[in-house]
Amino acid sequence: MELQKFTYDNRLSNMFLWATVIWGVVGMLVGLTAAFELIMPNMSGNISWLVFSRIRPVHTNAAIFAFVGNGIFTAIYYSTPRLLKTPMYSKLLGNIHFWGWQLIIVLAAVTLPFGLTQSKEYAELIWPIDVLVVLIWVVFGLNLIMTMVKRRVKHIYVSIWFYIATWVTIAVLYITNNLAIPVSWSMSYPIYAGIQDALVQWWYGHNAVAFFLTTPVLGMMYYFVPKASNRPIYSYKLSIIHFWALIFLYIWAGPHHLLYSALPDWAQALGVVFSVMLIAPSWGGMINGLLTLRGAWDKVREDPVLKMMVVAVTAYGMSTFEGPMLSLKSVNALSHFTDWTIAHVHIGTLGWNSMMNFGMIYWLVPRLFKTKLYSVKLANVHFWIATLGMLFFSIPLYFAGFTQALMWKQFTEEGFLAYPNFLETVTQILPMYHLRAFGGSLYFIGALLFVYNVVKTAMAGSLVRYESDEAPAKAEPKHKEGWHRALEGRPLQFTVASLVVILIGGLIEIVPMYLVKSNVPTISSVKPYTPLELEGRDIYVKEGCYLCHSQMIRPFRSETERYGEYTKAGETVYDFPFQFGSKRTGPDLAREGVKTLPNYKPDSWHFNHMMDPQKVSPESIMPAYPWLAENEIDLSLTPAKINAMIKLGVPYSEGYADQAVADLNAQAEKIAAGLQASGIQVDKNKEIIALIAYLQRLGTDIYTTK
Amino acid sequence: MSVIIILVIVGIIVAGGFLLGFIWAVRNGQYDDMYSPGVRVLFEDPGKRDSEDQIPDTLNEKEKTNISDK
Repeated sequence: MELQKFTYDNRLSNMFLWATVIWGVVGMLVGLTAAFELIMPNMSGNISWLVFSRIRPVHTNAAIFAFVGNGIFTAIYYSTPRLLKTPMYSKLLGNIHFWGWQLIIVLAAVTLPFGLTQSKEYAELIWPIDVLVVLIWVVFGLNLIMTMVKRRVKHIYVSIWFYIATWVTIAVLYITNNLAIPVSWSMSYPIYAGIQDALVQWWYGHNAVAFFLTTPVLGMMYYFVPKASNRPIYSYKLSIIHFWALIFLYIWAGPHHLLYSALPDWAQALGVVFSVMLIAPSWGGMINGLLTLRGAWDKVREDPVLKMMVVAVTAYGMSTFEGPMLSLKSVNALSHFTDWTIAHVHIGTLGWNSMMNFGMIYWLVPRLFKTKLYSVKLANVHFWIATLGMLFFSIPLYFAGFTQALMWKQFTEEGFLAYPNFLETVTQILPMYHLRAFGGSLYFIGALLFVYNVVKTAMAGSLVRYESDEAPAKAEPKHKEGWHRALEGRPLQFTVASLVVILIGGLIEIVPMYLVKSNVPTISSVKPYTPLELEGRDIYVKEGCYLCHSQMIRPFRSETERYGEYTKAGETVYDFPFQFGSKRTGPDLAREGVKTLPNYKPDSWHFNHMMDPQKVSPESIMPAYPWLAENEIDLSLTPAKINAMIKLGVPYSEGYADQAVADLNAQAEKIAAGLQASGIQVDKNKEIIALIAYLQRLGTDIYTTK
Repeated sequence: MSVIIILVIVGIIVAGGFLLGFIWAVRNGQYDDMYSPGVRVLFEDPGKRDSEDQIPDTLNEKEKTNISDK
């Protein structure tokens, strides 16, 4: 058979590589800042866009979509052409993908710190950026799939399967979770409310971990571990089996984020069962990765690339063992809302994702620049600092998590909460937060060594832009007769096209209809928010309060004693978006407004607390939000917000939008007058008034009937 | 909790898509050989690597001009 000559272009892979390096440092630096802010709450110096709750989403988004994302694309643009024996389908699409993705990252970085957020974790980006993400994702998918179509080898290597699964599933998840009704260019309400919104969000959230942080990185592992060790994968058969098992199981595991919530029990059980089953394919991947190095362990001793990859795969194994454990209801009862979760995810990100990225780049840079790694010694130092940093980060947080869980649940012999003051459970774990910040610093220093090393390496060589290769043309497929012929000829395009059509068309038509109906409250005393409370709620979302305060009281005595009656599904029907939160660095706020509960605080307390938390509770680690007393409530959008709510099925009376601002002012005046009576001078049109109105409304609806 | 129905439908569509992919892969003969794919990845002749100043003759004219412009 005739050999065809063709050329690989390394340019895009190289660009994505440097984007990975740059955003990696940025993402880690923001994370480190957040870690220090938890031990020095006023480190941000009252600058609103530097406060913990504003930059935490910057850190998570940068780590996931900028650092790991660009790393994945580096791997895909390097390995796909070589595996399929053809250049990438289109340089133009590749360029649009690269610059579009970087633009998205920049847009994220200039919106999130300023409170432009949807508040769904890892889906915080506002709707115009979401649209851009979908467009760029389609461009990327088109390039990937057309490269497959033009391939010269019939066989599709397992890495490519992982890349394809990533593309398909992220597209579906992202669109489903981000369906929203825009109110303005920077603001929208999700079409789902309360517990329904929570379910969609965590179905997305968990699968973002599965299909953005796991499958593409496994694809990386299956290409770069064999390459770096010059050993074939331990078992190709196992890689295929665990690939299919993994993608079939992962999609059902989301509900384990909502154990003991108002989600129906059968759905919770489904999430648990699938999560537990996930151990099998996950460990299939880990075992396959590690056993690939059989007979090559002597290389691991010397080669920093392999060292990093070994730690990465081991961390993958550990966190995919821990994940199913955390999904067991009895374990989750303890772990949920504690720093245990933070420790768990950082084994995944600092261990699995980052180490794979580091390993891949240490391997790739010398090849792209036709030279040797500048310093193997320095890379080894980086390896040890990073590994120690990861451990110093996570182990203290495990202890912090256990400590929090046990203190929250501890009762005295007389049957009272042993630590009724939440703050006690915070100050107890502060030493652990210091150690975490130390671990994070180590990890960051390691990353700086990495940057120095790869920059020096690149400077020592010059970019090998083109590499030629040759392969026989792919044999033309023999067409079978029958109706499925067309389908078989274009299976992927067919699947993808039908998916996109069904999802966009079907969901937009069906979903709102369904949901509006089910938003009719089943608890008659639950009423829509007043315009002022609604504005206050949007400020709560904007400031990122949910990042430290949950609004989800679980049905345990330890929680109902502390916070009041557990949260009912019917109470959340007007919550666009839901605000359950995922960790409690501060106490739960689901019943903050209930006057009969022991934790009730008057308006003046909230005002003083927001202005200067340490003045009210000296040991508090909450930052101050003084700008709330300076910024005015944006009344221009209030009518549009009410109208959007009506569209979503919230029973405001027809034409209420016209009356909303007047009602808002009346309620604000009352609160301002109340504050004045306590000696606090503040204008009624300030954000703090709306926020206080919202906080005082929280959880009160079902108490008014008692 | 009607959103569960939607998520289940979406889940089944995705899983169904994967199932089609799986059936296609098996019928296409993707998994007939479970040994050589693992080894074939390692075959990559480093002798064919070109640096920037050696423009490979497999590029078309337009691409060659682009390089010499730089």
